Formats: sequence, C-alpha cells, structure tokens
Amino acid sequence: MTRISLTVDGRKVVDDVEPRMLLVQYLREKLGKTGTVVGCDTSNCGACTVHLDGTSVKSCNVLAVQAEGSEVTTIEGLAQDGQLHPVQEAFRECHGLQCGYCTPGMIMQSVDLLKENPSPTEEEIRLGLEGNLCRCTGYHNIVKAVQYAAEHGGSTGVSAATPADVEASEPQETGAHV
Amino acid sequence: MTATQERPTAEIGKDRRRKEDQRLITGRTRWTDNLTLPGMLHLAMVRSPFAHAEITSIDVSAAKDAPNVVDVLTGADFGEELGVCINAWPITPDQVTPVHSPMPADRVAFAGEIVAVVIARSQAEARDAAELVDVEYDELPAALDLRAAVEDGAPLAHPDLGTNKSALWVFDSKEAGTGGDVEEAIAKARTDGVVIEREFRQQRLIPAFMEPRSVVVDPTGEQLTMWSATQIPHILRFALAATTGVPESKIRVIAPDVGGGFGGKLQAAPEEWITWAVGRRLGKPVKYTETRSESLMSAHHGRDQWQKLTLSADKDGTVTGFKVDLLADLGAYVAIVGGGVPVLGAFMFNAIYKFPTYRFSCQTVLTNKTWTDAYRGAGRPEATFAIERMMDELAAELGRDPLEVREQNWIKHEEFPFTTVAGLEYDSGNYEAATAKAREMFGYDELRAEQKRRRESGDRVQLGIGVSTFTEMCGLAPSRVLGSLDYGAGGWEHASVRMLATGKVEVITGASAHGQGHETAFSQIVADRLGVAFEDVEVLHGDTQVAAKGLDTYGSRSLVVGGEALVRAADKVVEKAKPVAAHMLEASVDDIEFSSGRFSVRGTDQGVAIGEIATAVFTAHDLPDGMEPSLDSDATYDPVNFNYPHGTHLCAMEVDTETGGVKMRKYACVDDIGTVINPLIVSGQVHGGLVQGIAQALWEEAVYDDSGTLVSGSFVDYLLPTAADTISFDVDHTSTPATTNSLGTKGVGEAGTIASTPAVVNAVVDAVRHLGVADVQMPCTPERVWKAINGAAGAGAAPTEGAAMPHFDDGVPNQAPGATGEGDTL
Amino acid sequence: MIPAQFDYLAPTSVEEAVAALGEHGDDAKILAGGQSLLPVLRMRLNAPEVVIDLGRIESLRGVREEGDVLVIGAMTQHSVVASDPLVEEHALLIHKAVQHLADAQIRHRGTFGGALAHADPAGDMGAPALALGAEFVIAGPGGTRTVAADDFFVDLFETAIGEDEILTEIRVPKHTGWGAHYEKFVRVAHQWPIVAVAAAVRTSGGTIEEARVGLTNMGSTPLRARGVEAALAGQPATDEAVREAASGAAEGTNPPSDLNGDADYRRHLAGVLTRRAVLAAAGA
Repeated sequence: MTRISLTVDGRKVVDDVEPRMLLVQYLREKLGKTGTVVGCDTSNCGACTVHLDGTSVKSCNVLAVQAEGSEVTTIEGLAQDGQLHPVQEAFRECHGLQCGYCTPGMIMQSVDLLKENPSPTEEEIRLGLEGNLCRCTGYHNIVKAVQYAAEHGGSTGVSAATPADVEASEPQETGAHV
Repeated sequence: MTATQERPTAEIGKDRRRKEDQRLITGRTRWTDNLTLPGMLHLAMVRSPFAHAEITSIDVSAAKDAPNVVDVLTGADFGEELGVCINAWPITPDQVTPVHSPMPADRVAFAGEIVAVVIARSQAEARDAAELVDVEYDELPAALDLRAAVEDGAPLAHPDLGTNKSALWVFDSKEAGTGGDVEEAIAKARTDGVVIEREFRQQRLIPAFMEPRSVVVDPTGEQLTMWSATQIPHILRFALAATTGVPESKIRVIAPDVGGGFGGKLQAAPEEWITWAVGRRLGKPVKYTETRSESLMSAHHGRDQWQKLTLSADKDGTVTGFKVDLLADLGAYVAIVGGGVPVLGAFMFNAIYKFPTYRFSCQTVLTNKTWTDAYRGAGRPEATFAIERMMDELAAELGRDPLEVREQNWIKHEEFPFTTVAGLEYDSGNYEAATAKAREMFGYDELRAEQKRRRESGDRVQLGIGVSTFTEMCGLAPSRVLGSLDYGAGGWEHASVRMLATGKVEVITGASAHGQGHETAFSQIVADRLGVAFEDVEVLHGDTQVAAKGLDTYGSRSLVVGGEALVRAADKVVEKAKPVAAHMLEASVDDIEFSSGRFSVRGTDQGVAIGEIATAVFTAHDLPDGMEPSLDSDATYDPVNFNYPHGTHLCAMEVDTETGGVKMRKYACVDDIGTVINPLIVSGQVHGGLVQGIAQALWEEAVYDDSGTLVSGSFVDYLLPTAADTISFDVDHTSTPATTNSLGTKGVGEAGTIASTPAVVNAVVDAVRHLGVADVQMPCTPERVWKAINGAAGAGAAPTEGAAMPHFDDGVPNQAPGATGEGDTL
Repeated sequence: MIPAQFDYLAPTSVEEAVAALGEHGDDAKILAGGQSLLPVLRMRLNAPEVVIDLGRIESLRGVREEGDVLVIGAMTQHSVVASDPLVEEHALLIHKAVQHLADAQIRHRGTFGGALAHADPAGDMGAPALALGAEFVIAGPGGTRTVAADDFFVDLFETAIGEDEILTEIRVPKHTGWGAHYEKFVRVAHQWPIVAVAAAVRTSGGTIEEARVGLTNMGSTPLRARGVEAALAGQPATDEAVREAASGAAEGTNPPSDLNGDADYRRHLAGVLTRRAVLAAAGA
C-alpha cells in the first residue's frame, strides 16, 4: 500500500492504495465517483477522461499513485454552484448524447479542447475528439454541441446562456439539428 | 372547476430536450457496474484460449488458496441449477441445436468460452486468482470458415451432432402463392434479357456497445434480484425462471441505465446465468463486469453471411425475378434469436420493388467461433445491401442511371397498400417524394457532372455516387406472425398510466430503453393524449417489479408497438374519467367531450381539468355510484402488421486511386418514418444509425486467425470510427403516416444502419467502375480498393489477413516479464 | 482490466532511478508516461514485480538549446513537444509528426523518450528522430553514453538501451529552416499508422539541396530511406523528379502483413507517401 493525497473535484482526499490501482478505479471504488466510467482496456475509448492538473487524461491509463499531489476534476466536479458547465449545457441542448456512457469523457475532452482552442473549426473539433469513441450519436450532434459551447462560453467555463435563455431558444434551434 | 383554460401547444413534433440528459451529463448515472451492495463478492471468468477442445482437467487448488478467494467453480460443480442458454426461435422443426451450457464441463466450442469462475472479495483478487486456474485441454479440429464448414468431411463444430448444418429455411413465391417461378424467370432472362449474378460477403461485426456488460445478483431477499446491462429484462426474467427452476414470481430483473445495446444486449448470456447460479449458491450479492476484451470475444457478434444472388430482368430494366441463397454463420451455438436473424431478412430482399418472382433460401451453419445474433437491423441490412447493390449492378449493366432503374421497378405511391412478392402488405409510402427531396438536397446532378469531369481528366481522386432506396419491416411484431414462424414468444407490448393524486402522471412501459430517449418521447405522447404538462409525466421502465409486463426494446418496436400501447392506456384513462366529469359537471356522460386535458359539456363553457378529476378520484368522496376509485389503466397492444419506414440515401465517396484510400464527401438522406414525435431524437437515431452502417462498409470486421483466435480482439484492431473519420450529414424527412397505429408512427432505430451500407459501397464501386471494378468486398479497406483498381486476381475480395499489429502481443520482446528495462510508453 | 500486483518506486533523480534498476534488474519495468505500459499491464501481458516511475525526476523534462543541438528531455510530454517554439523552429519534422501521435489525452501524458524507448515499429516518433539524426543519451551504472540514431533501434520493441540503463535525453541536430512533413496513412484516426513517412528537406530556389526521409512501420524498426535521400539531392522540387526519387522508398524494407494490409501494399504505399511527404515538405 502506498499513501496518496490529492484533490478531487475540489476536495482533499487521503488514502492508502495498492500501487496497481488505476486512477479510474480509485475514483470509482474508493471515492464513489462513478460518473467516470471504463469502456475499454487499451486506452482507445476515452470514456474515462478526467482532468489531471488541468489537462485531459485517460484515467484508466494513470495509476492512482501517479496522481499523488495532483488536482483531479471529474464530470461530477464540472458544474459549479449548481450551475452546469456550458459544455454540459451544450450537450443537452444539441442532443449530443444518447446512451450517455461516453458522455462524461466526451464532455471532459471537449472542455479541454475548448480551453486550448476557444473557436475551433469543425475539423479541429473532430480531430480534438479522436481519442473518444461514441457508438450512438454518429458524432454529428457532439460536434454541434462543441460548436454551440464555443459560442456560449464553453472555453471559459462561464455559461453565457442562462438556463432560461436555453429554454427560450429552443424553437429556433430546430432547423439546426435535423 | 375552471371555466376556461389555455390550450397547450402540441407536444408531438416538438424537439424537446431529453429528460434523461441531466443525470447523464453530470455523472449521476446508475450503470450496473456502479452498484455496490454490502458484502458483495466479485467474479472473474476463466476462458478457453482454444476454439475447439476437450477439457481434460481443471485444477483450481492454487486459485482457491489465493488471498480473499471465496470459491472457484467449474461446470462440473453445478447441476441443473446452472440452467441453459436458450434459443427462442428454432427456425425449422428439424433445426440442429447444440445444448448450450453457460459453462460446459467437457468441451469448449469457441475461444472465449467460460470454463471456470473465481469468486473473491475484490475484483482485482478474483482476476489474480483466475490466472492460477490450471486448465488442460485436448485440442480438436475446429470448423472456422463458413463456406468450408458445409463441405463434406469438414471438421465438426459439435462432433456429437454429426453435421455443421443447423437449419435450411426456404421461401418460394411460387410455393407460397405470392408470385411466380423464379427459375423460369431466370431461364427466360438468360436467353432474351439480363441476368446479374453476384456473391457478396456480409462480414462478421461486433455490436460494440460502449458500456461493457455487467450483472449483479442479490439473493439475500425473498425475491432474487438481478441487475443487468440488458435490453431485455422481461425476457431475462422469463428465461431464468424457465431454465433454472426459480419461480418467475421470485425473480426481479432490473435494467438500470444501460449504455447502448444495438442488439448486442438482446441475449440470455452465459455470464448472466453463471452470476445467477453463483449468487444463489453462495447466498451473497455478486457482481461480474466484463472487460472490453472479454466483451469483443464473447458477447454475441452480428451479420456473417455469404450471399449468392441472381437477379433477372428484361432488357428494358424491368426486374423479373430475384433468387437469394444464403449461408449464415451461427457461431458455436444457436443464440436467443440466432437463425431467426437471417429469416427476418427473408421478407426484405424484394425491398421496395414489384418483383413478380422471388426465392429465398438460408442455410444456417455452426462453426467454432463466437455465437452470432441480432445486431442493429438484424437481417434487414443484409437484405437491403444485397438488393441495393444488385440494382446498381443492373443499372451499370444497362448503362442507365441507378435512380431511374429503381423508379422503373418500385411501388408507386398510389399503389399502396401493396402486397409484395414476399407476402407482406406495405401500408404506406411514397418513394417518389423521398427520392426527389434527397436528390435535391444532395445536389445529385451537380455531383454527377463533377464525377464526369474527374473521369475525363483522369483525376487522381475519383468521385462515386451511391444510391440506397431502402425499406424495412420493423415494429416487431404481430404475435400471430411470430407464431407462424415458430418464434417462442409474442410481439405485444404493455403500458400503464397512473393518475397520481397531485396531478402528476406515472407512465409504465414494458419497453426497456438503453439510450433511445423513451422517457422524453413517451412523455410527449402522454402529455398530448391527456393534455397534461410534459414535465408532469414520469416514465418508468426497466424493472420487472415496476413494469411487470413487457417484451422490451429491439427491432425498432418501442414507439410503434410500445407507444401504441401507451396511447391505448391513456385513452382508457380518459374513458374512465368521463363519468366522473359528468358527475362533477352534473351532465350526462354522452354530453362530455375531452380535449386538451379538459372535459367539457358539449355546447357549454362548463369544464373540468383531468388533474382535478384525478384528485377527486383519489379522495373518492363523491364519485358516481358503483365506480371503482381509480383512473389507472393498462393496455397490452399486439400489432396488426409490421411497420414499413423507407427512405432514399445518397452518398458521395472520393477514392484516392493511388492509395485506395476512401473519404466520404457528402451524405444526404430523406427518411419517411411517418409522424415524428421528437425531431431531435429522430435525427440522433438517424445519425448514429448511419455511422454504424457506414462503419460496416468501410471499417469494422471481426477477424479470426486460422486457429480460431479473434485477431480484432480490442479497439486497437476492431476499428470503430471516431469523430475525425466521419462527417456531418444532411438529414431530412418526408411523411406518409403509417395506417396501422393511432399516431401514424414508423420505427426509426435501425433505418440509418439498414440504408447506409449499400449507399457507401455503391459509391466506392461507382468511383472506380470505369477502371474495371465491379465489386469491393466489405470492409472496403484501402488495400482492397487499391487491389481492385489494379486488377489483382480476386480483386478486392481476398479475406482479411488474420494478424494484427503487435502493439499488445504477449510475444514481443520487451513485454515478456522481466525483459529489457526501459519502459513501454507511447 | 486490473494489473497484477507490483511494488512502486518513484525516484527523484536519475542516479536513484539507475540504482533502483540495478537492484531489481529483470523484475523491474520503467514507467515513463505509461500510455503503452499501462494497457500492457492491465491486460496482464506483462507482470513486473517493480515499477519504477520516472515521473518525479524533474531534470528529465523540458526542451533546451545547446549550440547546434536541440535537447529534448526524455520525460517531456508529447503535448509539450508539440507546442514548444524551439522544436517548431529547429525540428519542424518532430513538431509536425508529434501532432499526429495518438490523441490529445495520450499526448498530455505520453513522453517523447518513452515513445522512442518503447520502439513500437508503428510508433510515430521513431522515423522523425531517425531522419533528423538524433542522438540518444543513456544513463547507466557507469555514467552516461550517447548512441547514434542508426544504432538505437535494434528490433521490434528493442533498442540499444541496456537492462540497467535509462534513456535521459534526445539530442536533435538543428534543422533550422528545413521544410518538413509527416505523411501518416491510417484507416481510422485513432490507429497506429499502417505506413507513415517523415520527410525534411532543405530547398533553395526550387531545388532540393538535402533531404532526410524516415519510414514508419516498414520493418521491425523505423527505417531511413537513404536511397531516396541521395536520389533527391540536387533535384528540382517537382512532382516528376520527386516521384522518380520516391519510387525506391520501399527498397530494403521488410514490412509486415496484417489486417490493415499486406507487405506488397505497404511497399506501394511507401512510394506514394514518400513522394507526398517530400513534396509537402518542399512546399511544392
């Protein structure tokens, strides 16, 4: 067992873990942060994507002991003060998810992408998400969601659209999605 | 009692954002693997590395001694309580069906079959101990190649059965009286018409849902509870009861949030049965979650057919007959639907066309590979691929535009309802309208002009245009039809509507969603039907104790069958409420009208809202004499017919003639799915379906090596496309409402997948047809396309090499334990 | 999904790491970024008794100049290499190639030295490093030694790094002002290359003065296409001239056959991709 201390979703945690424990297992099994999920064993699918010290990583490809002293943000720590992150809002608004299994990783990677490139082209969005597999959406609406987020404060984490705005804009958005 | 009320806007047709999403975008989901129960034990499976072998011994002693291991069990440790995996659809009375034990004790029939299960206090410890189970095998010759397996003297997948041939299923339009003699039509065309003969390969695919399967069994209560990442909780409950001796009433099956299925979670799987048996044996909660490698290797695969096709036509392009001979690979066992999958395609090879003669035969075959079963489309993509490729070949043979040849042969909109040569009655459709719209969206004429320019200039990048005008039968299914096909269950669906005292409405459906958005779409239907707010409707599903009756979700049935049940249950609520309204309004029941949530007295402004009636019924203080104090209603709906969505899909592909690399340029489709409940959800279903169909055309293939090992056993080699490999689609609709359900809806879940595959392959072939290419086998890899262009023997049809890149081989030098020091890092 | 048990060491200096490696020898594995090692451990294709994590050795990270040489610390993450202005200016080929490596998340974690030491023949960093004539600094019990690129890649997943040694930095001769391109051929974006070609050229007035060409996944190690380089020297940067020179790209290679393509197809690709890479590098 190795003692680790780190910050997860803004909260300090200390645990004794086996060195072999993966960061994603640590999040799920020790901390109960089951929002982050496992989809493969070869690091292709990206479902387990979290932020480690501010950049996106696949948490199945990091040992918990490697995260010693680090700051981890998961999908469960993205919303602030009860307010969804604009990228979360955008995924709902644009129907960027169906079964939702890839969604936590897809959202976390999209947040990272927009942080590095606040106004990406469609091609840049598609390339930026190449490490995340989705089997439901055909990616069409995921790309739309990232575009929508880019236009609504997704790169800063401050929502430009209040939930009320989102509701109000619903009817006009119809054409864009079909 | 309100005298006036604002009329709510219609919910049906509104692009409501999904109710499901809040929990999914914040990580507050309930996947089966998230469940932890007190004292829960964890399972790890020991699987056969051999495709076919006798188990000569299993030594579990070292594993049993490992830390925190509770038990290690093999097939021999169980009796009948282990149950069997069932085939619900024996397609012929004499079908040869091997017994499928979840964990055989004597012989394994595919690589990945479970031979032992380790139970430990943690998942890691179970896995550690599984490595210590020592199994000795005697390898047997394996039946691996589908076509070779039906030859005389081929190795037998199950030696005791004496044959690899499971069942031969035949439909002949002459015998059935639905058309003429196909042999006669072909013979005639050979002398004074056109005959097109082709063999197409439907490669083996893997559903590859994103959430690996997981199952939890809690035997500690009076009822045994199973949580499973399944599409079919109700069918599972029935099958567990039928095969393991536990009364159905003692079984509760829950499908919590389920991360995709695509047919892949429509199964009664060995992993579920073993977890069930272990939970019962140990009396403790147990959990098994598969790894992705296990999932790719052992969860059922899809497709895997050889199609031998003969199409006859007059010289003017009028098709006179279509003959289909299939070989379908079942894998090692006949799965729950199993051989029924190709049979679901049997009625669809004639598609949207008015063929006068038709014959279909399908030989199902047992091999020593992973079992096959339903995968999105199930039988219908294979049929659509075959006919739509053949229609393009016919057009090419005649030197005519492929859309024009199709139009010459398809059913005109004024001819509906139309009984096809396969004996189905298509209720509605308008192929002309969908095609005209698709053609315009696509810019068909401009792209054809560009194609011509590129051909003439000998451009390195050639452009091809592919057409697919598909239809499908969905909304499974009329129970009588299923009965006539010897399917083991009915095709009805059940719904309940409960009016709560607070005015909220609880809707219970027997359909079991796994990503589709039922909670939203069903809320819209009920909100309209009862005139209540969308937000006031709660949809409950996926738990046999909540939704006691149901037949689950597959075959694009939820909306057209489950939705209809819901409509009928809601209508019963209205009927029950009418006497109460009459009583409250002191009017005659005959004078009560219901509209937009409000009961009123005809010709007056007196009215009462349905919520007020619900409250009145709850208190029951003043009800009509003899009335039962409940508005709650159930309906079980058995469809009268299948449901026939259709559409025109047009695809433009660019082919780099130097490398064989292919790139999608444009994809436009116009689907007619009748009335649309939620356009946002529908477009999502279409996009996702398209990419799965496109992926069959271009990327995906389950490849085995010649010893029966799955080479594409991880996402490194089983190629799912990413966002970077796909494009944005042009999706639109026409609408001819279905005439066989109240809302006029048609299924949409499988449409994109069924339609897109031939559109893509037709486009690839069209791009290089002038270079002498008439076919490229799927997946259309750059290598196959390049070889086809360069006229190599068997151009573009060579089987895929049974070897993968060695990134994760255990044979490479620095991955052997204790080899060279410096680390594996990318 | 879960690796077998191992002990974990996180030394904070190269000396400590070398000492740990000396102590545990065969039983130890070095963990750099872990983006290939962890999948291997998870699938239990390897089960070392000790994992030595280099992640706490700060001196192994970063990019710096030393005269005509660019020095890239072995533990510098791909994403850092990709955005480093020195790399872009002096080793444009690496700057371009590293952006094609795996995906964003993996580039955040995976390291330049780790990728090279892993020596996957389909890895994206080998061919550019080889083409630019990089030197590899390796630390062992007896101090450090430097290995030339031509001697570094030995075989499939095998390098000149000894059992008791650690790769510490990569010295890349500056190729300031050279044009560069990495032409990677894949079926889907998240794949290792079926074949890729790394090309750097120095042009003057439309003539290729010098060229460096490396091939990915055309044999058990990354390869240098010296015949092509020689044939390109002095040629005009035109499609015709480059086509002729590139036609020999597959000479002396021994590419694999697998489900993405057979050896013959890969040989054909090598010629096409070499031409494209060189022309793109030359800005033609």
